[in-house]
Amino acid sequence: MVGFLIRRTGQAIFVLFLVTLATLALVHLFPGGPVRALLGVRATSAQIAYYNNLYGFNQPFYVQYLKWVGQLLHGNLGFSNHLNQSVTSLIAQCLPRTVVLVLLGTIVSLLFGIPLGVYQAVHRNSVTDYVLTGVSFLGYSTPTFFLGILVVDWFSVDVHIFPPFAPQGTTITAILGDPRALVLPVFTYAFILYALWSRYMRSSVLDNLVQDYVRTARAKGAGERRVIWRHVFRNSLSSIVTLLGLSIPGLVGGAILIEVVFNYPGMGLAFYQAALNVDYEVLLGFTVLACVATIVGNLLADVGYAVLDPRVRY
Amino acid sequence: MALEQAVTASDAELGLAPVDKPRGMFVRAWEVFAENKLAIAGLAFVVFIFLFCFVGPHLYVTDQVTTSLDNYLCTPGGSHLLGCDELGYDELGRLMVGGQTSLEVGLAAAVVSVFIGTIYGAISGFAGGFVDALMMRIVDAGLSLPSLMVIMILSVIFHPTPTVIIFIIAVFYWFGVARLVRGETLALRTREYVQAVKVIGGRPMRSVLRHIVPNAIGTIIVQATFAVADSILTLSVLGFLTLGVAPPNTDWGSMLSGGLQFMQGGNYWWLIYPPGVLIVLTCISFNFIGDALRDAFETRLQRR
Repeated sequence: MVGFLIRRTGQAIFVLFLVTLATLALVHLFPGGPVRALLGVRATSAQIAYYNNLYGFNQPFYVQYLKWVGQLLHGNLGFSNHLNQSVTSLIAQCLPRTVVLVLLGTIVSLLFGIPLGVYQAVHRNSVTDYVLTGVSFLGYSTPTFFLGILVVDWFSVDVHIFPPFAPQGTTITAILGDPRALVLPVFTYAFILYALWSRYMRSSVLDNLVQDYVRTARAKGAGERRVIWRHVFRNSLSSIVTLLGLSIPGLVGGAILIEVVFNYPGMGLAFYQAALNVDYEVLLGFTVLACVATIVGNLLADVGYAVLDPRVRY
Repeated sequence: MALEQAVTASDAELGLAPVDKPRGMFVRAWEVFAENKLAIAGLAFVVFIFLFCFVGPHLYVTDQVTTSLDNYLCTPGGSHLLGCDELGYDELGRLMVGGQTSLEVGLAAAVVSVFIGTIYGAISGFAGGFVDALMMRIVDAGLSLPSLMVIMILSVIFHPTPTVIIFIIAVFYWFGVARLVRGETLALRTREYVQAVKVIGGRPMRSVLRHIVPNAIGTIIVQATFAVADSILTLSVLGFLTLGVAPPNTDWGSMLSGGLQFMQGGNYWWLIYPPGVLIVLTCISFNFIGDALRDAFETRLQRR
């Protein structure tokens, strides 16, 4: 187990190195370089040279990279000249709001996705199974933003049940204090995720139903309910755990579309505005954060998987 | 779903079929595929949507070049079957033109990414050892990049034309394909016929291109089908974020985005529902086809 952990962590660190390299290289793709993106087309070459010197963009790439990574390790993700605040403080403002949205959406989707996925697998090829399969396919064929627009059109414009925008409060308590405004964004996010969970759960349970231990349990006289919930269900959960680990980066970027549709002031909306303003420091900082979250999420998922299922400690 | 029934059915037919005519993988795959009604419906819709987008403009001729403000948001009916948008473009004609972009980008991005991913994954899996480890860490890195965020950044940088968008999407999609094909290759490279190529002095590239890739073709085709659906979705997302193809080009996502500003000002349903529904139906069709193909080729993917 220790060897597995060391090997797996080593891989993660190497991947981290590659990803940061690629991300920093992105900055140099901006037409005319990052400083031109910052100062605009009217900047003189003297101004460009001055800022290139100031920000160190005239140094060799590997020097830039080492300095940048050094700053990252000190928790400095850059400074947004558009917003006149550090990227870290922007993240500190936005991240809690996105966490609320993503967490609520994930919980709601799991509450529906897991039991319905199990039900579909147990009653496979029944009418209910086909209907729910259709719903799942609809879930991942519908663009998130289109679903968001539809629910706004139905429940805010046609019938005034819910407000068309998410809670605009700045603190978590203010956001949670406006549950009516949370319904539409959380529902939209949950529906997209539901398609994923139920589909995975269904195929995972189907895989487990044909295993030998199920036959053993039945042979010992275990009731159908006990076979499904005590044996199959618990074994099927491991794939969901992996997926949950993989969905951690959703905290940074996954809810971009929901946040844009509902004008929810979280990480996704901040990133989108930075993209429109070509605010490359924010773009870079958020991207790196998302990468780190993904890699750490993958690592946790693999370790969690190894803990849950001793067979995979390869 | 229909996997168990479908497989037993074709097995039975195999038993009954005359022995003198061996049937290829594609014939057998088609028989399984044809039993899946959803897949046939999906295939029918894909054919329809291609005719709609590429033949339609010749039958239903509209002016998609010059704006006509006389027709500002005109209601459906008369000479404009689905009304007009805010620039006076005929909405039905615009759906056809926008659909051309969506379908072209979706197909081309799928082909490019599956092509790159297949070659890369097959080489990585075949090489094994250190080369494989290094190549796969690069794939890991690519999969750790938040694709939507980086695609947004690239769109901001390049102000994309449809051709550029194809590559922006493909750059992020091939990583997943590479990982799948590599897995397939690991299983295939120990087979006797691949070993035999090595024994008689065939070059590694010959093993990869002539023996491993053709035998992984099921996985590759299935993945390509899902890639089309995903690429069309990604393009529509970019269009919605106004980071997609620049005017005068348009696609379904951009059209939807343009219609949004009128949503609360009146009932302009024809600006929102038709492009949105076409995106959903097209993607769901490709997903149905991909799902049935997976059953047909009996491949198992990590996805869904």
